[in-house]
Amino acid sequence: MLSYAIRRLLGAIPTLFLIITIAFFMVRLAPGGPFDSERRLPAEIEANLRAKYNLDDPLVVQYLHYLGDVVRGDFGPSFKYKDFSVNDLIWQGFAISAQIGGLAIAGALILGLAFGTLAALRQNSAADYGVMAAAMTGITIPNFVMAPLLTLVLGIYLGLLPVGGWGQVRHMVLPVVALGLPQIAYVSRMTRASMIEVLRSNYIRTARAKGLPERITILRHAMRAAILPVVSYLGPAAAGIITGSVVIEQIFGIPGVGRHFVQGALNRDYTLVLGVVVFYGALIILFNLIVDLLYGMLDPRVRYD
Amino acid sequence: MLQQDASAAHPNQPIPGGGAPVVKGRSLWADAWRRLFRNRAAVASMVILGLIVLVCVAGPWFVPYEVDEIFWDAFTAPPSEAHWFGTDANGRDLFIRVLYGGRISLMVGLVATLVSLVIGVTYGATAGYFGGRIDDVMMRVVDMLYSLPFMFFVILLMVFFGRNIVLIFVAIGAVEWLDMARIVRGQTLSLKRKEFIEAAHAGGVSAFNIIRRHIIPNTLGPVVVYMTLTVPKVILLESFLSFLGLGVQEPMTSWGVLISDGATNLEVASWMLIFPAVFLALTLFCLNFIGDGIRDALDPRDR
Repeated sequence: MLSYAIRRLLGAIPTLFLIITIAFFMVRLAPGGPFDSERRLPAEIEANLRAKYNLDDPLVVQYLHYLGDVVRGDFGPSFKYKDFSVNDLIWQGFAISAQIGGLAIAGALILGLAFGTLAALRQNSAADYGVMAAAMTGITIPNFVMAPLLTLVLGIYLGLLPVGGWGQVRHMVLPVVALGLPQIAYVSRMTRASMIEVLRSNYIRTARAKGLPERITILRHAMRAAILPVVSYLGPAAAGIITGSVVIEQIFGIPGVGRHFVQGALNRDYTLVLGVVVFYGALIILFNLIVDLLYGMLDPRVRYD
Repeated sequence: MLQQDASAAHPNQPIPGGGAPVVKGRSLWADAWRRLFRNRAAVASMVILGLIVLVCVAGPWFVPYEVDEIFWDAFTAPPSEAHWFGTDANGRDLFIRVLYGGRISLMVGLVATLVSLVIGVTYGATAGYFGGRIDDVMMRVVDMLYSLPFMFFVILLMVFFGRNIVLIFVAIGAVEWLDMARIVRGQTLSLKRKEFIEAAHAGGVSAFNIIRRHIIPNTLGPVVVYMTLTVPKVILLESFLSFLGLGVQEPMTSWGVLISDGATNLEVASWMLIFPAVFLALTLFCLNFIGDGIRDALDPRDR
C-alpha cells in the first residue's frame, strides 16, 4: 500500500505540471497587465517594478523561473498587496476556508448518511419521499441562490443570524449551511441507493436470520458496504466544496482563499491567481489520493498492485 | 418483503402468465416513449418547461416595455399592476428583464451543450474506434483533465480574455465534454465488434465514414440521456459565472446576473432576488426531472 501511495504521488506530478503550465500561459498571454490601473504609475517606477518581478525577460524564461520557485514551495510576492507574499495570503485564507469547508463536508457526511439510511429503511414511505424530495431540491437549487435566500429568511426576516462578516461562530452558520446543503443532498441520495441494494443481499438476510439486533445489522454490517460509494464521492465532493466556496466567500464577505482568487483575478494579480490555482489543484489531487487509500481500507476486495 | 420491494421497483414489468394477448411487437423507442409519458413528474416538467420557454421567447413581444427602458418614477418599486415583478435599482421593469435573461440563459444552455456534445462525441468515438495506443493516450488525457480544477480555469479565461458570450459557450462546452467522451467511448468499444461494422469495413468504407455513419448514430440513446442532464448543469455554470460578474455583461442579462443583482439589493428589494431565483430553480428542476425520466424510459434497469 505504501508503494501504491508513492506511485500515485509520483503520478500526480505530470498533472500538477500541466496545471501550472496551462495556468501560467493563460494568465500571461492575456491582454492587459497588473500595472494597467486607472492611475498610471510614473514610467521609472513601473520600469523598476517590471525589473523586480522579471517581467521584461522572455516569457519562457519567466516560466522556468516560476516553475523553479514553485518546486521550492514559493509562490512569489503578490502584485497587489505589496507587503504580503502569495504564500502568506494563501495560508491566511486557507485557515478560514478550511474551517468552513471542513465543517460543510463533515455535516454532509453525518447528515447525508443518516437521512439516506433512514430513507432506505423506510423505502417508499412518506419519510423516504420527503428525504428524496428535499435532496432533489438541494441538488437543483444552486448555492448562490440558496445563500441569499437563507440570508433573506434567517438573516433579514427572522433576524436570527448575521448577514455577513467574519470572526464569531454565528458568522459561520449560514456559509456552512449554504455550502453543505448540496453535498448533504448528494450523499443522502447515494446512501439510499446503495443501502437499499445492500439490505437485499444475502449476508444481511443471514444476519437478520441469526437474530442480530437490527441496530447492529444496519450500523455494523450494512453500513460498511453501503458507505463505499459515498467514500469514493468524497473526491468530487471536495472539488465541489472548493468551487462553491468561491461564491459563498464572495456573498458573505469571508476573507478566504476563494475570495482572494476572485479579487486577484479582477486585479490581475498574476502570482496570487496562479498560486491559488496550483494550491487548489494540488489539494484536489491529494484528496483524491486519500480517498483511494481510504477506500482500500474499507473494502477488503480492493488490492493495490 | 423482499419480493414486494422488487416488484415495486419495476411496476412496468409484464407479469409472467398475465394472459394479455400480444398483438404486435413494440420497438425500443416506442416503448421508451410510452414509459416516458407514464412518468408523471417528467410530463409535468415538460409542460412547465414548455411554458417557461414560451413565455421567455414570445413574452417580450407582448410586454409594452423595453428591456433597458428606465422608469424615472419607479426605482426599486415593489411588484404592482404596472410592473408585475417590480423594478430594479435602475428603475427597469423586472418582468421583461427576467424574460430576456431567460432567453440568454436557455440559449447558453442549449449552445454550450451542443459544443460539449460535438467535442465529446467526436473525441470519444475516435478514441474508442481506433483503440490500442491511440485510445490509451486519448483517455489518459481525459483522466488528467478530470483532475484539473476546471472552474478556476474558466474563471481565468473569462477574466483575462474579456467577457463575451461566445467565450462563455466555448469555455463551458470545453468543461463539460469529458463525461460525454467517456460514455461515447464505452459505447463505441462494444459497437465496433458488431458484424455491421465489420461489413462496412470489409466493404471498404473509410474509418471516418464508419464513425460518422455507423458508430455515432448508434450511440444516440445514452448521448440523448446525458445531454438532457447536461443542459441544467450548463445553465448552472453560466449563472455561476454571471453571479461572480464574470459571465454575461450589460446591456445583456441572464438569470445569474439578475440573481446577483437581487443578492446585493436583498435588504431593500427582496423581489429582485425571488423572481429570477424562482425561474432559474423551476427550469433546473424541470430539466432534471425530464432527464431522469428519459434515462428511466430508455434504461428501465436503472430504476
